[in-house]
Amino acid sequence: MLNKKNKTYYICVFFFCLFVLFLYGPTFTIILLSFQGPDGGLTFPLNGVSIYWFEELWRGGSVVDIGSAFKRSIILGLIVMVLTVLLSVSAGLAFRKKFWGSDMLFFATVASLIVPSIVLSLGVALQFRLLDDFTKWLGSTFDINYINEFFQTSLGMFTSGLGAQLTWTLPFGLLIMFAVFNRFDKSYEEAARDLGASPWKTFKEIVFPLIAPSIIGIALFGFTLSYDELARSSQVMGAGNTLPLELKGLTTTVTTPVIYALGTVTTFVSFSVIGISIVCYIWLKRNKG
Amino acid sequence: MMKFWKIKPSVGLLSIPYSFVFIFFFFIPLVLTLIISFWDYNEYSIIPDFILENYIYIFKDCFNFEKNMCVTFKTYISTFIFCFATWFFTLIIGFFVAYFLAFYVNSITWQIVLFLLCTIPFWTSNVIRMISWIPLLGRNGLVNDFLLYIGLTDTPQEWLLYSGFSIVLAFVHLYTLFMIVPIFNSMMRIDKSIIEAAYDNGANGLQILWNVIIPLCKPGIVIGSIFVITVVMGDFITIGIMGGQQVPSIGKIIYVEMSYLQLPAAAANAVILLALTLLIIWIMTKMIDIRKEL
Repeated sequence: MLNKKNKTYYICVFFFCLFVLFLYGPTFTIILLSFQGPDGGLTFPLNGVSIYWFEELWRGGSVVDIGSAFKRSIILGLIVMVLTVLLSVSAGLAFRKKFWGSDMLFFATVASLIVPSIVLSLGVALQFRLLDDFTKWLGSTFDINYINEFFQTSLGMFTSGLGAQLTWTLPFGLLIMFAVFNRFDKSYEEAARDLGASPWKTFKEIVFPLIAPSIIGIALFGFTLSYDELARSSQVMGAGNTLPLELKGLTTTVTTPVIYALGTVTTFVSFSVIGISIVCYIWLKRNKG
Repeated sequence: MMKFWKIKPSVGLLSIPYSFVFIFFFFIPLVLTLIISFWDYNEYSIIPDFILENYIYIFKDCFNFEKNMCVTFKTYISTFIFCFATWFFTLIIGFFVAYFLAFYVNSITWQIVLFLLCTIPFWTSNVIRMISWIPLLGRNGLVNDFLLYIGLTDTPQEWLLYSGFSIVLAFVHLYTLFMIVPIFNSMMRIDKSIIEAAYDNGANGLQILWNVIIPLCKPGIVIGSIFVITVVMGDFITIGIMGGQQVPSIGKIIYVEMSYLQLPAAAANAVILLALTLLIIWIMTKMIDIRKEL
């Protein structure tokens, strides 16, 4: 029944094309509008073509310090990426056998994906607040000078912020590892072990090269999800905001195409990362044989 | 004698760093939220206690039916409507996109390419994807220009942006992928010979869709629905931006209470939100055996 070239097939193709247009159309509209001339506004028509708004963005103009928010987001994204790869690959290896608490850990992984992000963000913020209170109490009770003079808060991008983002990226990493090991041919590994290779050597020489393309996938999820994360980060970043948080603030205050220019820049970063990942993935797949 | 350093370390130990993250940044924070929802507070600090005031305050006037409906109920009802509308549209669109990918695209390479095409936006910024509707739906946007041009209306339509419509549109735009992936996964597991058998027995396309494919996709549909509904339930960013900061949501209430440092009140709201979300998931998982799917 599912022979091609019938009417349903063409309806489905048409529908799919519409869906892709729906997915990408709006983004390309703002990319186009970010090249608006200096007199242009937030909507069409284009009043000439220029890179005026990118220059405006670069100068800082009316906008908050975007440059440092951008840098912070990239650095945090890279750290989250590395940790997501390391932790989910090692947990994925552990999950190949049942271990004490593995069911609980799996449950927590799935639950973390569906718990409302604002609830988690609030929880982490509360936890660090209590931690602060406790630290200050320690400082005053035991008269610890360092704490009394310098300690302000433990809340910050690389403590609470990092942790909150990991609860979002790690589940994706682990689920990818599950998918990988479900289709994994164990015979190579067993052969290596029979020939006397140590577990570490077996992993390094056999397992790792086989799963390397999927690790690229995990890294891609780790970086992009962190780089764009908003809801979980909203309460836990402390003093310095990430780019998406600044961007969210800008939606209510900025009324010039400068916000589109910023959108174009971050979309360009995302697309570059995705492109590089896909190229790496294909390259690793090819070299495997 | 066996020396302790000769005991072979278990592979399970490799899960320790991963577990640590979930204990410290997931389990403990949620337990603390529950505990602190019973605490007292003043302008600058939270005070350990066991009181029910935070919960009572949420439902103040809610059971006094002579007055207008209370804020809490209003907010939840508005959120449920967004949930339902988003669920409905993502399900329909997601199902047909998955159906096309699974049954009409025969080459594996094309399947991967088209699937990636649907996934790539998920890896880009949500805020950008939301504001990208402004030049289309705004008062001077493309849609209004078009409507004016063909003469369907003679004044710009205001309901297109910063309204319930734009909120649902943005949700569908952002989260249809959550439906596509699990439904596609279910469809790829369907043995093609079952479909051929149905066809050989004289079933037409629609009958096969309704009696064979949809029942076999039920697990994927349920998993996708859980994702979409939970994400809308807890949202405050999309509703905030696309509603022009005028439309209420539970997430927004929590957010505002936090900014006023009314942390126990925010925690109580979070507990209720979480309980409701879990209740919905529990009801939905009753419909399938989720373990079989993983």
